[in-house]
Amino acid sequence: MKTKRSGVSEQANVRASERYAGTKTVPAGVSEQANVRASERCAGAKFVTADPKGVDSGPHFMDGDHAIAEGGLAAGCRFFAGYPITPSTEAAERFAERAPEVGALFIQMEDELASIAALIGAAWAGQKCMTVTCGPGFSLMTENLGLAAMTETPMVIANVQRGGPSTGLPTLTAQQDMMQARYGAHGDNAIIALSPDSPQECFDLTVEAFNLSEYYRVPVIILTDETVGHMHEKVVIPPADQIKVIPRNNYSGPREDCRPYKFDSQGGHPMVRAGDGYNFHVTGLTHNERGYPVMTADQNKIVVTHLMEKINGNADDIIRLEENQVEGADVVVVSYGITSRIAVKAIQDARKEGIKVGSLRLITIWPFCEKRIREISAKVKAIVVPEINYGQMVLEVERNAGGRCKVISVNHCGGAVHDPEVILDAIRKANQ
Amino acid sequence: MASVLRMDRMPHIWCPGCGIGSEVNSFADAVKRSGIDPKKLVVVSGIGCTGRVAGYVNFDSIHTTHGRAIPVATGIKLANPELTVVVFSGEGDLAGIGGNHLIHAARRNMDLVVICNNNFTYGMTGGQVTPTTPSSAIASTTPYGNYEYPFSLPFLMDAAGATYIARWTSMHSRNVTQSIEEALLRKGFSFIEVISPCTTLYLRRNRLGDGVDMLQHYQDNSILKHGCDTRETAIDYQGKIVIGKFVDKNKPTYLEASDKCAVKLVGDDYQLYGKTIPEREAEEKAEKERIAARRAAMAAAEAQEQTASAKPRKASAPKAAVKKAPAKVAKKAPAKAAKTKFQSKVMPAKQALAGTKKAAPKPTVKTKAVAKAAPKKTRKPKKTRK
Repeated sequence: MKTKRSGVSEQANVRASERYAGTKTVPAGVSEQANVRASERCAGAKFVTADPKGVDSGPHFMDGDHAIAEGGLAAGCRFFAGYPITPSTEAAERFAERAPEVGALFIQMEDELASIAALIGAAWAGQKCMTVTCGPGFSLMTENLGLAAMTETPMVIANVQRGGPSTGLPTLTAQQDMMQARYGAHGDNAIIALSPDSPQECFDLTVEAFNLSEYYRVPVIILTDETVGHMHEKVVIPPADQIKVIPRNNYSGPREDCRPYKFDSQGGHPMVRAGDGYNFHVTGLTHNERGYPVMTADQNKIVVTHLMEKINGNADDIIRLEENQVEGADVVVVSYGITSRIAVKAIQDARKEGIKVGSLRLITIWPFCEKRIREISAKVKAIVVPEINYGQMVLEVERNAGGRCKVISVNHCGGAVHDPEVILDAIRKANQ
Repeated sequence: MASVLRMDRMPHIWCPGCGIGSEVNSFADAVKRSGIDPKKLVVVSGIGCTGRVAGYVNFDSIHTTHGRAIPVATGIKLANPELTVVVFSGEGDLAGIGGNHLIHAARRNMDLVVICNNNFTYGMTGGQVTPTTPSSAIASTTPYGNYEYPFSLPFLMDAAGATYIARWTSMHSRNVTQSIEEALLRKGFSFIEVISPCTTLYLRRNRLGDGVDMLQHYQDNSILKHGCDTRETAIDYQGKIVIGKFVDKNKPTYLEASDKCAVKLVGDDYQLYGKTIPEREAEEKAEKERIAARRAAMAAAEAQEQTASAKPRKASAPKAAVKKAPAKVAKKAPAKAAKTKFQSKVMPAKQALAGTKKAAPKPTVKTKAVAKAAPKKTRKPKKTRK
């Protein structure tokens, strides 16, 4: 299904057709196709159709932040704890406004530390939950992001990135928290991060984030940016019966067999819900499958291996990319989020000049598409990586290209998107 | 007790003479006596010695990060309002690193029971100064004496809007039990502070003797003052400790206020998590009836037991009484203390001031609560701090 976009800029329309012409990957939109993909990614998960109460079906004209809140509600999220921070606040406001009619609960906590902590509590009490923030708030959240990863607590966190470091550029765009999302929490752990490039995708990927989060029992981060967060476009919310969601899987077996964890490097394990009489214990300490602290090097190896491998080992199932004319290309532009939409113009202009350019858009940021970059790097002259930071994801690209091709970073400090000319220049250089 | 504690986790990590064990004992006893459904009880702890409580109690329990027990508990309570949520943590966790969460939960009148073990020190990390360490006390990070001003937690909680505030010492086990029982059965933010000895660090560093010496200190220096103005509850170094129930009032909880607002907007059809308010109220009423029935059954069983055992029980061994079974000692002790307007049915004067030998004329009395129970020999601290 091709989601029609109206009321968007010329560039975006050009881009949409560009994107879908001759591409084998799927467009945005929670369609049947998307559901098939989702079930492939979460093998063995039971999908249900969305609760119509949370689905505001129909075409809308809304910004990315609002679409994130709607995506959460459609996915069955009924608990939101947040703290206002530009440029993510609109998502919290939207949820707060919609909560009473949907039968959800919104609470504005005293800070981001408390917001994510409340999500951990709410998740173990049986609710799907989410929050939104940006850099400074995300820094505070990394504390309990680690606890959520360690305790395998499902939740969705949207980071609508703004320019940093520190208070930086509160109202201006950036993509500077890419590495923080992955490595911000101390200790070894792996999360999933998705990067939408449009309000429509903010909706779609938030639904998907919930599904991944429920299946892999891991915090999933929506790594969007101020531009997408504040960009108003057409967003089509499908009817509830076309949105497939993974409901919370609560353990209901005999008490003696109840284990809050299973360290087998796989997803699909049930949660245990507070109040169901299983007397579970959850701790951030290194623990056994019963949840009890076992503070030994051996147990740490078991736990950490599981936390890392349930994501990295299933990377092929999790990762979604959008490719365009990569096969046969001399140069491939790897981009994500708003930058991928800017890159379209540069790619088109380069093609007019006769350069064979392909594009690879990272929809899934983490786990990183290591395998695909390795494949591409063996076939192309160069990979160009534009991003609104001083060079973050380019490090991953370089690592996986392993010297097989040139990797050109088109970095750009926060505050504005690239000038497409700059990316075009990089493509020209790459082709030499 | 075995049903309330995870016996497979024993032995616990707490030092001999530490007050946390007796607090957990009181908590376990209070849960039983309250008649609440243990399946619907969740215990949340932060980090530190007291933070380990969650790992030893046989309920749904979460051991969170440092200071974040209250927001995690808030999430649990709001995500499933049927649950009774208890936060059991230390003063460093709750009032230091978690201070912001503490005051905001009190401000919102979040329906939580917060039990704060206040031992004036960060025990787990080796005895550093905390927000309640009395001025001049020595800690590992104030090696020449603490020159900061400490928090008086009842005063802080009162100012922040807590609707139930009590303070006891770990010697007043029975009172701790009663306060927790009251708190478990009421709605709103309940804060129970328990002053407790850290034998290994605070007492040793300040040369205050051992756990028994500190219990003696609590006995000699506790001043029972129900309804006391919380401005008068500050604790000086080795000074008087005002104890009692200071605040017990009603106001809508966060969830009640949020429901009210939503009903105004959506009307009577309003549902939270798929349940209308009348449905939730009916469930709550049914649960209250079940609790009342359990309590009545327990009272009947207790009465039967009392008539069955004709001979009066003697006060058991003093030391054991303090640490293991203070409730039994207190129950049998003569009760002649004056009632105050703050003493509810749940905590009658005879229990609040259990064991006072002579009648106390005023509500302000020096407690002798476990006077009989505490060892007669008053061991002097080996060496007082210079």
